[in-house]
Amino acid sequence: MGGLQKKKFERGSATNYITRNKARKKLQLSLPDFRRLCIIKGIYPHEPKHKKKVNKGSTAARTFYLLKDIRFLLHEPIVGKFREYKVFVRKLKRAYGKTEWSAVERLRENKPTYKLDHIIKERVSVDITGNLGEIKILLYQFNFFFLVEWMNFMITSRALRKVFISIKGIYYQAEIMGQLITWLVPYQFAHDHPTDVDYRVMATFTELYTTLLGFVNFRLYHSLNLVYPPKKLSALSASLARVVSTEDEEAELDQFPVEGAQEKEQKLQEALKKLFNGLKFFLNRETPRESLAFVIRCFGGEVSWDKSVCIGSTYDVTDETITHQIVDRPNIDKQYINRYYIQPQWVYDCVNAKILLPVEDYFLGVTLPPHLSPFVEEKDGDYVPPEKLKIMALQRGEKPGTNPNEDEEEEDDEEVEDEEEENDDNEEDDDEEEEAEEKNLQKMEEQRSQGKSLHVKVTPGKVKVEDPARLEQEEKAEEKRLAVMMMKKKEKYLYDKIMFGKKRKIREANKLAAKRKAHDDAEKSKKKKARKEMNM
Amino acid sequence: DEDLSDSEDSVYSGLEDSGSESEDDEEEEEEEEEGRKGSDDDDDLKEEPNQAEQVESHLWCVLCGSVLIFSWSLSSVLVPLQDIRNTVGNIPMEWYKDFPHIGYNLDGKKIYKPIRNKDELDDFLDKMENPDYWKTVHDKQTGSDIVLSDEQVELVNRLQRGQFGDVNFNEYQPQVEFFSSELMIHPVTNRPEHKRSFIPSLIEKEKVSKMVHAIKMGWIKPRRVEDDSRGRYYDLWANEDSSILAKHRMHLPAPKIPLPGHHESYNPPPEYLFTEEERAVWEQQDPEDRKHPFIPRKFSSLRQVPAFPRFIHERFERCLDLYLCPRQRKMRVNVNPEDLIPKLPKPKDLQPFPTTQSLVYRGHSGLVRSISVSPSGQWLASGSDDGSVRFWEVCSSRCMKTVQVGGAVKSVAWNPNPSVCLLAVALDSVVLILSPSLADKQVVSSSEQLLSGSVEAEPVEGANPVTWSNCEGEELNEGICLKIHHPKVRDNYLASVMPDHSSNLQLFIHKLSRRRSQNPFRKGKGLVQCVSFHPVRPYFFVATQRSVRIYNLVKQEMAKKLQANSKWISSMAVHPGGDHVICGSYDCRLSWFDLDLSTKPYKMLRHHKKAVRGVAYHRHYPLFASASDDGTVIVCHGTVYSDLLQNPLIVPVKVLRGHVITHDLGVLDVTFHPSQPWVFSSGADATIRLFT
Repeated sequence: MGGLQKKKFERGSATNYITRNKARKKLQLSLPDFRRLCIIKGIYPHEPKHKKKVNKGSTAARTFYLLKDIRFLLHEPIVGKFREYKVFVRKLKRAYGKTEWSAVERLRENKPTYKLDHIIKERVSVDITGNLGEIKILLYQFNFFFLVEWMNFMITSRALRKVFISIKGIYYQAEIMGQLITWLVPYQFAHDHPTDVDYRVMATFTELYTTLLGFVNFRLYHSLNLVYPPKKLSALSASLARVVSTEDEEAELDQFPVEGAQEKEQKLQEALKKLFNGLKFFLNRETPRESLAFVIRCFGGEVSWDKSVCIGSTYDVTDETITHQIVDRPNIDKQYINRYYIQPQWVYDCVNAKILLPVEDYFLGVTLPPHLSPFVEEKDGDYVPPEKLKIMALQRGEKPGTNPNEDEEEEDDEEVEDEEEENDDNEEDDDEEEEAEEKNLQKMEEQRSQGKSLHVKVTPGKVKVEDPARLEQEEKAEEKRLAVMMMKKKEKYLYDKIMFGKKRKIREANKLAAKRKAHDDAEKSKKKKARKEMNM
Repeated sequence: DEDLSDSEDSVYSGLEDSGSESEDDEEEEEEEEEGRKGSDDDDDLKEEPNQAEQVESHLWCVLCGSVLIFSWSLSSVLVPLQDIRNTVGNIPMEWYKDFPHIGYNLDGKKIYKPIRNKDELDDFLDKMENPDYWKTVHDKQTGSDIVLSDEQVELVNRLQRGQFGDVNFNEYQPQVEFFSSELMIHPVTNRPEHKRSFIPSLIEKEKVSKMVHAIKMGWIKPRRVEDDSRGRYYDLWANEDSSILAKHRMHLPAPKIPLPGHHESYNPPPEYLFTEEERAVWEQQDPEDRKHPFIPRKFSSLRQVPAFPRFIHERFERCLDLYLCPRQRKMRVNVNPEDLIPKLPKPKDLQPFPTTQSLVYRGHSGLVRSISVSPSGQWLASGSDDGSVRFWEVCSSRCMKTVQVGGAVKSVAWNPNPSVCLLAVALDSVVLILSPSLADKQVVSSSEQLLSGSVEAEPVEGANPVTWSNCEGEELNEGICLKIHHPKVRDNYLASVMPDHSSNLQLFIHKLSRRRSQNPFRKGKGLVQCVSFHPVRPYFFVATQRSVRIYNLVKQEMAKKLQANSKWISSMAVHPGGDHVICGSYDCRLSWFDLDLSTKPYKMLRHHKKAVRGVAYHRHYPLFASASDDGTVIVCHGTVYSDLLQNPLIVPVKVLRGHVITHDLGVLDVTFHPSQPWVFSSGADATIRLFT
């Protein structure tokens, strides 16, 4: 037969992967260092398609990395830095042990550091896509500084698009260079730091992201012809007080001829950017100042707060030109007539609806309408909450005046129902009447059977009206059913899976709708009861 | 100089020794000097004290303990009064304990101890009576008591208070700077400079050169300048895109976190909040199975929203996912489900086929096992579990004749020859041939002739398990063998089957005209389910549990074996062309075999939800039907092309419903009308239905 014997696992996918331990040995790194390197370089394990083959016939659970990835790590200069750091720690320990404080000081001064610039350049392409949002979320935990700069950029470029108050924190979505970036800001409370979390891992991520964000901020600032790092930016409030001079020029700059829908969209966006133009807000001290100030300023409103809350307030409560005061308490003692007192949700809802919503629903002490997520885009067949429908109607330009009519109709319905209920009382009488009628009929039948006066009556038959459209539809449905029967097994499986998913979606939507209806009915009956009691 | 000698003596005085016991050797040396100087001092006390000397005395006062000072002053004062000196030196006086003397005086004469030592009582009396007792000191070296003078007591008091021994000493005199900032014309010392102060140090040179070398080699680095952290950013992407990640072929970006929906809102619409049951379900689920990792909550205002307790956990888990979770590319099938449905010709274009139920034949009281249509298409025979065979007129659904056969009828079949009118009926272990006389006289007579014609044929051998017998009355009873399943006929052959595993006598072929039966197989090849003759050629199909065997009757050999790929074949039908076979099975499948193509099914149809009970081909139209326990009859259009290269096209055209499922049994048999595109079906609900 000739030829060398082919050995197993010497070619193919078995040679493309390497286990974690082998990789670690190849790189001569300790496990924590290896992890750090993986985080910084963005190397992650791969799940091979044929695990048993890659695992050389064994089925033991192992983590596999691509061999190419590990080779790529071999040339990383940072690995050398890690080793240096290890040596540094050893020296420092020895110096401590010998209580040579001067040596400790000298060593500390020369603590080895590394730069991540080249890695960032490797990992992130020019159009700065990727998971910036994720970065932001993590950074909020550790480093607030870059985010202040980030927010300032948002304000300057008017890039904010959507805001959402969730139970986890506040989500923001901004459009930067055509990319939608979402980030989450937790509420400004002290978090209890859990003990079952490895902070070293998070610290490594933070280190990487901080560097990245620094460069990103630099580029963004330069795209607006601003100096980075900005001067005197110690706190968000201080920066918020900064007057942005460039934006007016910019607004006049870009006016390219665009056609049709695009133009419309652009117009809408321009309108959105000036949503709060000319409005003057005052934030009460119990409201989340940073978030509100950020959002309002992003959409062109003026905002201020009490001097004692934070520096940077530009005007006082007593300013007569204030149009909206944002309050988050049940009532307020001294009220000015020429301004609206609204709850903070109004600001966020306006931004998401892209129009100024009627303020009546958001007054002091009023039960707020539900706050909807702007990130949900309902396709046909999905459940749409009625509040969203209402907002969509408002967006289309339908007058909110129609809503009261609806309410009236509802009230009418209620009245009708009331009447029905009254009728219910009379039903018993009706039942008695019916019983009497039945007795009569029976009697007549008996008479007829006895009296032989049975005359056969022929009643004209009714013509069955067949709806051609419906027939056609039925026919098509049947055709489809028959064709489905002829599907191949594989395709049938896929088809069934897809259809199952679709059906589940519909089921969920129906469930939500049913729940809503039940809730509304309960509310209505409660209202009615209250009204009845009032009348009593 | 007496003073000097005095002072020298004082050094050796016992008093001083006793006082300086606790001092170190070092200090003793100083002591001597100081003692000397002190004595000078003592002398000079009356004179104007020299400044420098005073400083010196001050110095030693500070250096030495008070005991020392006390010793010299005491001795210097005491010596002129008494001249008893002990020359033994500074030794422990216990050594003289056993001697009558305690030492020697300056002349070398023994100094004797006092004759009478004081005892305790003397001491006490002394203490009580002697007014000077408090200032009496016992001198160990002389053994005598010394009464201190007033001056000495004063001195002791002063020293105890921590004051200088000399009353006249001013401790707060202004300090004279010896080395001052003022440049003096004369040097402090006149000592010439040492030579090494003019020559560079070799040791230092060595040290420096080591450092220089270390700096040159880069071992010592200059102190790092604190780089301004804000100034370290620059336009990283100023040049062209150098992202390696973009070029990385195997790079799998991490899946993005889904954006929050309405349920995550702090004030969601009421339908998104959990009910009690949903909440209980959520709590019981494993964290991985939960649709959302949190319970939606509603807050009436923004100020009531607390911090999210699992925020850091979530961030951490995301971090872990990013670097620890193995990634794999999963192809998401993004197909329109409509595209998966095969494009088939419209059933409308494949007419005629039965579409509606037009007649129902009622009369049986048990489930109708089998039906058969006469070759003329006028009559329909049905056998039921109630022990009767009924003859129906097809067009009017009238029951023309009912024959009680005395047992549950398993199967009925008409003779396909139109010139005779005979029906075979299979009971438990009997096959009956009925002549229903439902045709022309000629036909009836010919069939009677056929039956009677061969009566006088050669008698049956004794060993033959089959016995033929005539029947009185209008019926002819003949044959045995258990269940006739399928009489498929050239002229007058009839095959019967009994499902009996143990014997080889499952299958018989009977010849009516000769009244002869033969058992074609020596060995049983499994449980025979049904049999069939080839419509044209001398082939015989035997369906066992899992396969269909085709035998050539002329050559007496097996021609083919078809694998049905199903668990249990229930029924079989042969295409009138003879090249195609369909098999229904109890595991809901219908397999279509193309005999020219393969022994494997050309197509498996899984239309039915339950076991397939019967299948049938139409004799002229390209139709076939299958009946199932799910109560449906599915009619399919199966075009068989004469071109061998073209595979048959199978299109289901109609699902016929009508039968009611009773005792989990639906439709039991199905058969086509010989000429019309009609299909008959019999069901467990004791009815026969005609679909046209």
